Amino acid sequence: MPVIEVAHTIDARGLSCPMPIVKTAQAVKTIPAGAALELLATDPGSTKDVAAWCRATGNELVEQTVDGAVYRFVIRRK
Amino acid sequence: MTTTTLAPFDPLAEAIAAVDGLPEVTDTALPAPADDGQVKTKDLLIIDYSGDLEKVWASLILASTGAAMGVRTRVFVTFWGLQVFVKDSKRITGENWMQKMMSAMQRPGISHRKLSKMNFLGMGPWMMGRLAKQYGVASPKELLEAAQALGVEFIPCQMTMDMFGLKPEDMIDGMSEPAGAATVIGLMTENSTPLFI
Repeated sequence: MPVIEVAHTIDARGLSCPMPIVKTAQAVKTIPAGAALELLATDPGSTKDVAAWCRATGNELVEQTVDGAVYRFVIRRK
Repeated sequence: MTTTTLAPFDPLAEAIAAVDGLPEVTDTALPAPADDGQVKTKDLLIIDYSGDLEKVWASLILASTGAAMGVRTRVFVTFWGLQVFVKDSKRITGENWMQKMMSAMQRPGISHRKLSKMNFLGMGPWMMGRLAKQYGVASPKELLEAAQALGVEFIPCQMTMDMFGLKPEDMIDGMSEPAGAATVIGLMTENSTPLFI
């Protein structure tokens, strides 16, 4: 599997709704278009919320994995 | 028995064909509108009427999420909702004794909200705060800061400001210009999804 280079990591572990999304929205503005960022979260609701956020904002959810209780999302800025 | 198929009779088409100088009809399809997979979204208008902790919390969660999702989000703050957006440091507000007494009975500011149920002299909000911290839930104050950073517009109600004797310097920084009911109805009927909380 090709490794996607991430320009920024958001650590939203331990944070509840809506902070993972709020932090993602703030961080995505700091990276250039086409670059990717990584979001780490423990909120199980984030699996649905990140997908909904990507759909609404047009950013691409490139990767979604789970390691124990930590969800990892890789999002590419449109 | 034989049937004959008649040529389709279309006088309008014939008349149009007889006119010179009309642009040639081409079969080339119009370019399809670019589909970037994005849904056209309406604006979001939250009317913050209540000053109760749990309702303020819910409205700020929705407002910050709306803005995070690229939805233009406005919050019209009125009646008890306006008290929430008075600076935390203000203790007594207003000009006459009734206005002052109102603020004395219910301290204004986002950090001094009471629960509508189970307030128990502040025990309820204190426990809510403890639980929120334990479960990583952002406080109303943190959500308000995030909402403002994401560009949520907070519009104070001019009528309520007058009634409570609130001055612009009593309010938190970054509020929009005060407005009235017509602004709200205008937004509601134009392109905003309204929420009354």
